[in-house]
Amino acid sequence: MAGFLGLFRRDLRLALRQGGDTGLVLAFFVLAVVLFPFGVGPEAEVLARVAAGILWVAALLAALLSLDRLFQPDYEDGGLDLIALSPLPLELAVLAKCAAHWVATGLPLALVSPALAFVVDLDPRAIATLVASLLIGTPALSLVGGVAAALTLGARRQGALLSLLVLPLYVPPLIFGAGAVEASALGTGARVDLLLLAALTMAALPLCPWASAAALRQALE
Amino acid sequence: MISRLANPARFMRLSAALLPWCAWATLAVTALGLYLALFAAPADYQQGEAVRIMYVHVPAAWMALNVYLFVAVASAVALVWRHPLAEIAARSAASIGAAFTFVCLTTGSLWGRPMWGAWWVWDARLTSVLVLFFLYLGYIGLVNGFDDPARGGRAGSVLALVGVVNLPIIKFSVDWWNTLHQPASVLRLGKPTIALSMLTPLLVMALGFTLLFATLLLLRMRAELNERKALALRLNTRPATAPPPTRAEAAAPAHPGGAAIRQAR
Repeated sequence: MAGFLGLFRRDLRLALRQGGDTGLVLAFFVLAVVLFPFGVGPEAEVLARVAAGILWVAALLAALLSLDRLFQPDYEDGGLDLIALSPLPLELAVLAKCAAHWVATGLPLALVSPALAFVVDLDPRAIATLVASLLIGTPALSLVGGVAAALTLGARRQGALLSLLVLPLYVPPLIFGAGAVEASALGTGARVDLLLLAALTMAALPLCPWASAAALRQALE
Repeated sequence: MISRLANPARFMRLSAALLPWCAWATLAVTALGLYLALFAAPADYQQGEAVRIMYVHVPAAWMALNVYLFVAVASAVALVWRHPLAEIAARSAASIGAAFTFVCLTTGSLWGRPMWGAWWVWDARLTSVLVLFFLYLGYIGLVNGFDDPARGGRAGSVLALVGVVNLPIIKFSVDWWNTLHQPASVLRLGKPTIALSMLTPLLVMALGFTLLFATLLLLRMRAELNERKALALRLNTRPATAPPPTRAEAAAPAHPGGAAIRQAR
């Protein structure tokens, strides 16, 4: 437990001190969302129809940006070897790193999203669902992204390869997350979509660290 | 038997003997299947002659799924038992599977345009097969994305196993969701609902495609093994004044297949 918390705190401290990740992710999120009214026109009806999807896709792409820094710095300077050799199981180490990644990227995304809801004319009664869906869904994004980051460690074009691998796997959270917000905006219940999204996150919690640890062991051979 | 096949030299001899039979059988069975599909099979009462696309679309879809299963099983064998040829088999099969998936998607699109009025719909079956196609592309990108081919092979093995979860989703997508794509008519509980006159060409074409897969797999595996042998030879007979090997070349002999090849020589 001490090892888990220590690794979590270390990663969080690194993310906050180096500052790059959170700022970059938020800036990209805002810019990507702001681009859409320029692209599809400023009519409120058109934007409101696609607002849920725009916000979720932009959040997803923003979460993608910081993934290659999840394991790469430790892999390069040898810290990953030490983490793998420590008494803490590698699966829990991955969980700690993904949790720190989520606090540094997914959580800010969820908290900033209400401000952006006005940019894309999202129905105000869906804002609470938007925040809830992002809070529930972004941990799944961090976990699944961790698997792809572990698989592409040391690859020649890690960024592009990571995106190619992770985007098909991001489709289920996107469908249920955007579906929840859309259902809330239309007035039908968002409960089913939110529950399925929570189920995806719950399933990812044990399975993704296991797959990531297997991939990391292959990388460290 | 699997461990008897682990020796690459023995595999090369066996595949050299097997390959002509596979190739001729592929030609014969596919020719028979195409004759049955295009001429002997009846036209559909609703779709007319356009139903004959089914005899390419459905076997291609079956192959797309089964080849992914083959890749996943070979990856599991490579990870667990370190069988030297398993990784080569997975790597070789992936491109063939991606091609079958592409054929399935395009023939489906060509069939959907006259039947459904749309080139593409976002229903569960089509979406999950598209995800399968992206999984194939991701796998191929991953195994070729590293300077060290052994590292690429290992990473790809893990990815192949992670992606297996998509296979039941594809198979049962027509049952779990309200889809435009028709439900299962052949592989289902109870009798197949398809008429025998249509089932026979379908099964013959499926056999032809399987033989095609076997032929292409053997060809690609032989090519891969020859390439590794050539690389190992180049490294071992390099003169003293030659420039130092690139990182990719130096990493190649570290592969267990390379050691086995040198042993077999």
